[in-house]
Amino acid sequence: MELTGAEIAIRCLQKEGVEYIFGYPGGAVLHLYDALFQQKKIKHILVRHEQAAVHAADGYARSSEKVGVAMVTSGPGLTNAVTGIATAYMDSIPMVVISGQVPSYAIGEDAFQEVDAVGITRPCVKHNYLIKDVKDIAPTIKKAFYLARSGRPGPVLVDIPKDISNQKAEFVYPASVSIRSYNPVGKGDSAQIKRAAQMLLEARRPMVYSGGGVVLAGASAQLTELVRLLGIPCTNTLMGLGAYPANDRQFVGMPGMHGTYEACMAMQHCDVLLAVGARFDDRVIGNVEHFAQMPRKIIHIDIDPSSIAKRVKVDVPVVGDLKLVLDQLLSELRSSRKKPDASDLAAWWKQVDEWRVKGGGLRYRNSTEIIKPQFVVEKLYEVTGGDAFVTSDVGQHQMWAAQYYKFNKPRRWINSGGLGTMGFGLPAAMGVQLSNPGATVACVTGEGSIQMNIQELSTCKQFHLPVKVVLLNNRYLGMVRQWQEFFHGNRYSESYMDALPDFVKLAEAYGHVGMRIDKPADVEPALKEAFARKSDLVFMDFRTDPTENVFPMVPGGKGLSEVILAEDL
Amino acid sequence: MRHIISLLMENEAGALSRVAGLFSARAYNIESLAVAPTEDPTLSRMTIVTSGSDAVIEQINKQLNKLIDVAAVMDLSEGEHLERELMLVKVRADAPARDEVKRITKTFQGRVIDESESTCTIELTDTCAKLDKFLETINRDSILETVRTGASGIGRGERILKL
Repeated sequence: MELTGAEIAIRCLQKEGVEYIFGYPGGAVLHLYDALFQQKKIKHILVRHEQAAVHAADGYARSSEKVGVAMVTSGPGLTNAVTGIATAYMDSIPMVVISGQVPSYAIGEDAFQEVDAVGITRPCVKHNYLIKDVKDIAPTIKKAFYLARSGRPGPVLVDIPKDISNQKAEFVYPASVSIRSYNPVGKGDSAQIKRAAQMLLEARRPMVYSGGGVVLAGASAQLTELVRLLGIPCTNTLMGLGAYPANDRQFVGMPGMHGTYEACMAMQHCDVLLAVGARFDDRVIGNVEHFAQMPRKIIHIDIDPSSIAKRVKVDVPVVGDLKLVLDQLLSELRSSRKKPDASDLAAWWKQVDEWRVKGGGLRYRNSTEIIKPQFVVEKLYEVTGGDAFVTSDVGQHQMWAAQYYKFNKPRRWINSGGLGTMGFGLPAAMGVQLSNPGATVACVTGEGSIQMNIQELSTCKQFHLPVKVVLLNNRYLGMVRQWQEFFHGNRYSESYMDALPDFVKLAEAYGHVGMRIDKPADVEPALKEAFARKSDLVFMDFRTDPTENVFPMVPGGKGLSEVILAEDL
Repeated sequence: MRHIISLLMENEAGALSRVAGLFSARAYNIESLAVAPTEDPTLSRMTIVTSGSDAVIEQINKQLNKLIDVAAVMDLSEGEHLERELMLVKVRADAPARDEVKRITKTFQGRVIDESESTCTIELTDTCAKLDKFLETINRDSILETVRTGASGIGRGERILKL
């Protein structure tokens, strides 16, 4: 039977098992929305801004193992979506974005709401397509999903001109897909894995450094097994939190700019570093020359060859699917006759424990007068039993959430690590809530970030999404203020958020429950009350200490061992 | 160091801009870029002349391979290869000067492909270095136009880039 291009596109999404489309209609996608209206399988979540559609699809994908789907119209619809797409690209999130385009005959004529979608998104997508023939819609959408979820995942854009979505063709959804120029890797090279195993077993001060790749690959069980088998310290990056349980003794915390002292020192002083699905980025290793001056050996396992040896020299590169490679490495380690030297390992742990003591752990000076932001996150952890999905925006609150909420499971910590997108938290939480109905979802945010997508409170109302907003309101763009305090002579240039709204009234205006919390003693009762309201969105405005800083801190451009600790408490 | 990289990519709209965009986005050098379809019209062959440290060249190769439309990449300069570039040069050459132009052209094994009363157009195909040499040899002030295609490269003997 012949269907219109729009009907074909929607049927393709059904075939891919899509539950939700996050989107916003407009002229160029009218046929698609019409086709959507005439079916029941896929639910559409109408956001209030296209950026939020993409972040919601992103949160949906991060908290499940599924591909997120967003749909936007041409021109401004697409340009609004770009920040969301770039966010997903930087963190390798599987996503398909369908955008409408002006009719094919009008492309290039500066038509109303025309923008070169493929051109604008090219640097921030895994791949993109402009459909030129209605017959290409089905095979292209098939490819888009395959590309989005295979190999190193990422967002794929499919741009469909309006006239093509209204032309007719026979609908056949391809059963399989193969792209001759794209062959994602599977197992790792066995010789390299043998070398890696030998190196780990011969190491005197080995360490595991794992990143977001482990979460994306669903290799958290393998990672945990490996770390326990070897009995060595493990650090998880901001993107990798939860891949190894934070409550475990072998976990030394997050490394990097706001990582723990022990994680930074161990990264710097280990003699063999096993990097798994992590990319040695500037926020993790600090100054690259400072990092490279240590004579440690590096084993780097990653699905993307271009991530290996990009910033640091690697001794044993292993390219492959992390789940498969870690299985290979585990069996190699188990079958080896060589065992790690127990006395070396004991001496190494003694050193790591000394760093733990010297660093003094994550700490802050609590107060009975003023709410400390770290205290709120600690209480959030307690009240939710450590089992919530936590999304965040970007800034100080993000670091405090990462430090003080102990993630013991993967896919529970949802944040924009790569692009660092303020405005991510609330829409991402919507996606998380939809992919995990009934689960506890908290959005830890700041008064700067939340205002970047606050309109989504309306979407939450419409679709009954009982997200709990934990606003750490310090009346400053806190991270900017912190840098200005440390590096710009306390000149707080434009970092003070004057004329803030009354967030309680604002939440109420959107039909939600608002709470304002001023005293430390009220923090826990407020959280308890909020999380007990299972079916309500509760917006908690915690008025926190405006002068609090994030520690430890490795200043930009400095090395990992040049970490600044919290002032003496 | 100068490298000459060959690649096979899907002959699709936008494929060229993916490569060009990659070079500009990651701040890689690009000296020249030559591209055209192969005997298989679904594939294009591109030759890129670039330069950079070993680490940068390694990244360039990996990043090119990562592009979905790119099917195969070969760094020709890692082994025996040939490279040729086509140049068209139009010079101002009236009767007395023309003999000299023709003599130089002959030395460089070029051809005069067009002549007018006052101008003379030369076609020359050789290595990039040889073409540079030609431009240094003829009277600089006489050059009216220089058109170069950028290098095309191919491996020697059994070094073959094919799907």
